[in-house]
Amino acid sequence: MKEANKHSEMQKFGMVIDLDKCTGCGACMVACMAENNVPFQEDETDPLLSVKWMRVYKMTNGKPYPETDICYLPRPCQHCEGQHEGHSPCVSVCPATATDYDMATGIVSQIYTRCFGCRYCMAACPYHVRLFNWYDPIWPPGMEKMLNPDISVRMRGIVEKCSFCFHRYQLAKDQAYVEGRREIEEHEYQTACTQACPADAIVFGDLNNPSHLVHQLAQPDLKHHGKPKNPKAFRLLERLGTNPKIYYMSSKKWVRLAGDNYTREELNKKRT
Amino acid sequence: MKIARRSFLSFLIGGAAGTALTPLPWKLTDDLSIWSQNWPWTPVPPKGAANQVNSVCSLCPGGCGITVRKIDERAVKIEGMDGYPGNDGSLCTLCLAGLQLLYGPSRVQAPMKRVGKRGEGRWQKISWEQALEEVTAKLSDLRAADAPETLVALLGSDRGTVPQLFNRFLTAYGSPNFFRTPSIQDTYELALFLMHGTRSMASFDIENSDFVLSFGSGMIDGWGSSVRMFKAKSKLRDANATVCQIETRLSNTAAKSDKWVSINPGTEAALALGLAHVIIKEARYNQDFITNYTNGFNKFQQLVLEQYSPSNVTMVTGIDPETITSLARSFASARHPLAICGRGQGATPGSLNEFIAVHALNALVGNINQKGGIWAMPEPDYIEWPDVPMDAVAANGMQKGRMDGAGSQNFPHSRYLLNRLPDMIHSGEATIGALMVIGSNPVHTLPDTPKVQTALDKIPYIVSLSSFMDETTQMADIILPNHTNFERYQDVPAPEGLPQPIIGLSQPIVEPQFNTRHAGDIIIQLAQSLGGNVAEALAWGDYETCLQETLGDKWDMLSEQGFWVDESFNIGAWGEAFETDSGKFEFTNAAINRLPLFNPINLDGSSSEYPLVLLPYDSMRISAGHIGNPAFLMKTIEDTVLKGNSGFVEINPQTAASLGLAQGAKAIISTPTGSAEVRVHHFDGIMPGVIAMPRGLGRTAFDKYVAHKGINVNGLIGAVEDPASGLDAAWGTRASLTKA
Repeated sequence: MKEANKHSEMQKFGMVIDLDKCTGCGACMVACMAENNVPFQEDETDPLLSVKWMRVYKMTNGKPYPETDICYLPRPCQHCEGQHEGHSPCVSVCPATATDYDMATGIVSQIYTRCFGCRYCMAACPYHVRLFNWYDPIWPPGMEKMLNPDISVRMRGIVEKCSFCFHRYQLAKDQAYVEGRREIEEHEYQTACTQACPADAIVFGDLNNPSHLVHQLAQPDLKHHGKPKNPKAFRLLERLGTNPKIYYMSSKKWVRLAGDNYTREELNKKRT
Repeated sequence: MKIARRSFLSFLIGGAAGTALTPLPWKLTDDLSIWSQNWPWTPVPPKGAANQVNSVCSLCPGGCGITVRKIDERAVKIEGMDGYPGNDGSLCTLCLAGLQLLYGPSRVQAPMKRVGKRGEGRWQKISWEQALEEVTAKLSDLRAADAPETLVALLGSDRGTVPQLFNRFLTAYGSPNFFRTPSIQDTYELALFLMHGTRSMASFDIENSDFVLSFGSGMIDGWGSSVRMFKAKSKLRDANATVCQIETRLSNTAAKSDKWVSINPGTEAALALGLAHVIIKEARYNQDFITNYTNGFNKFQQLVLEQYSPSNVTMVTGIDPETITSLARSFASARHPLAICGRGQGATPGSLNEFIAVHALNALVGNINQKGGIWAMPEPDYIEWPDVPMDAVAANGMQKGRMDGAGSQNFPHSRYLLNRLPDMIHSGEATIGALMVIGSNPVHTLPDTPKVQTALDKIPYIVSLSSFMDETTQMADIILPNHTNFERYQDVPAPEGLPQPIIGLSQPIVEPQFNTRHAGDIIIQLAQSLGGNVAEALAWGDYETCLQETLGDKWDMLSEQGFWVDESFNIGAWGEAFETDSGKFEFTNAAINRLPLFNPINLDGSSSEYPLVLLPYDSMRISAGHIGNPAFLMKTIEDTVLKGNSGFVEINPQTAASLGLAQGAKAIISTPTGSAEVRVHHFDGIMPGVIAMPRGLGRTAFDKYVAHKGINVNGLIGAVEDPASGLDAAWGTRASLTKA
């Protein structure tokens, strides 16, 4: 039974984000909010209280003018595979089984009605992708018309996060079944952020499938938890062993070095 | 009975342990969360049949194709239309959040009349009949008083049927005072008119260029048709092309370019001429083009060789001579080099000399009307309406000339000089009897907003046709709300800078949500009730008839495919590209004797009182145009740009240290135009002595999500009139920053 559920023969959805192309425009964030009925408040300037599944971080190289450089880093849920398949940091700590790792797709789910808001997962997640709903989700009168019925609105007191637009996977799967197919094509399942990116910086697909662009770009070493073989590619906090499925690419060394928590000594060694 | 302390404690502990062993606490916790999860005020989106509608977005001048996902009659998501020229499947932040505007609280839901004092925000809902009757009465009075030229219409654009209906209405009514919102389009048009001899818009074949030299143009900060530019920028990266950004501040575009050259603010024209110096001196220019297809090269050559040697240019721009020389060499040796200008998103027209100097670079390398180059796109000509029937009042009014001085002796070739109006109103040089505003928001977007506001206050009658309660609409006397672009038919011609002529068709994706009317219908109805030659000029039954008739045989393709591309368009060879008197490209136009010089634009204020220079900057996450940020966009703003209601000013840490301003400290920014309280953000990417603030914050209208947050930088920067064109050429202002 366990063997049948093994990940490597199944799909493993992931993302490659080309940071050389990312312009920090924020279209991925807004597309995600519109797709996933993300709530909004009057004041959204406190990052700890502002619910957004996709967040674009701004990084600088710390050098003085005019040697300064900026890089933006879009950060959805990393959908960690964990040390062993399915042992994502958040999944391991959830007392309510509200979050789970799907062996068939590699997607870390969040079941809102099971969540009772203990926020263990938020403490466990090293990427701060999980957000707690401190407030009731209020759409001004009339604006609830824009709510997407494929996604339920989250109530106050629970945790939410990026789902890789799982509802789009389900819709694509349904469509394929109706048409008598069992597999879906690469273009049939794309996340809202990927679709919206005007710089074509985000690529999404099945990391296990060599014909998918994500596989070709990241070149995941499937024997070593998907470690990228592409020298330009890296994953966030690689050394934690969370084995995330978001790969970043940058031609700039300072950006790649910013992807992990190196000590000053380590950084000095790496830079030379 | 006496309870011993010991047995009491045993009872408590035993009780607690017993309760913990029962399922009771767990059951209660579970029930509690189930109860809270079923609170009725958490909305449940209704299910329905999914369907899709295609349209074109006109929230900004980008003109992108959109596909809207609908559930029954609800629009639930806006996505990019696959295959649409330019944006091809992608969208920008504003359009992605567009449904928050459509269904949002800032909509004007019915015709309204001001009841309180101006700007007080007290309105009375009235019927369409009453609204149109009142506006008609006012317009009749103006005409009867023989002052038709004092009617001013201000629109976002002058292209397409709706702006042209307003223009036609004005002509028949007797007023030449049609305005569009200023932008770099004004300056590019003027530069092309002087150098190419055609009234046209600039088209850039960015995608096929291999060296883009950008003089501060925010290619990925919203310049041009933003989504198309994003795609082009990524294409350039894939093709290993070079993008070189010349800018004072490390903008996103500068950071994502292959080379960023930092330059003293406002000296871009000098650099362009310095590059020309090197190209000419080293004979790296395109001999064929220069010899056979240009006029005035000798004069230009003499000027740049005499005055703009790299060492001279270094003193002005702060760029070392080696960089200037190597930049000129790599530009001239590229196969398809392209020089572009217009700072940031291009909201300020800029100095004509600068545009001429930059465009002269394109001429030197001969990439005009070439692959990867620039060409003059003729204005769309599909609107073929009969001549406007005139009566004596109209003819008389039209004869008086424009009140802003455009087309006059001083500015013979400029078309719209909106930036001159506020001063002229204050000095009494210009008298406005009534103002109609649609798709434009001067109270927020024009420089020196306090002055604009007081000027508007002097106008006796303001009619707003805005769909939203924006800053200008708040000042109106009567509001005739237009449908939003998601509820109406409208042609959207020629997005900025696209390489081929296209027309897009905006189609209603949902039924009108409120008691609004199409602006085209409103102007036709006003014309009908005015009667006479005005009614004759706009004799269509309604706007949709007018649109279908005007588009003629293009209508079918437009309504089916959403856009129409002029396949017959070709860019033409050098021999037929120019319509100047000489029939050649003009380096110096004899008619106005305008040489591509570097005339520094002098900013207001003294450097002793205002030791710093303030630059505005543009961000894709802040809508700086006539429409304010929807709530989703507010969520994308970094907390180093806006925190609570405080806006930040970017400052180099070195400058901040000399002023004693720590990161996040409160400070007072003062400029010759105004002052405001801000907070300080240390940013290494900005030149010492220079500070920067984003455009688009500090709204006073729309909804609670955007209003009263941050500072409107336009309130701190005054307009600086370009002596050559009359357009606003301000690129910043002097400023001081003191601890609050």
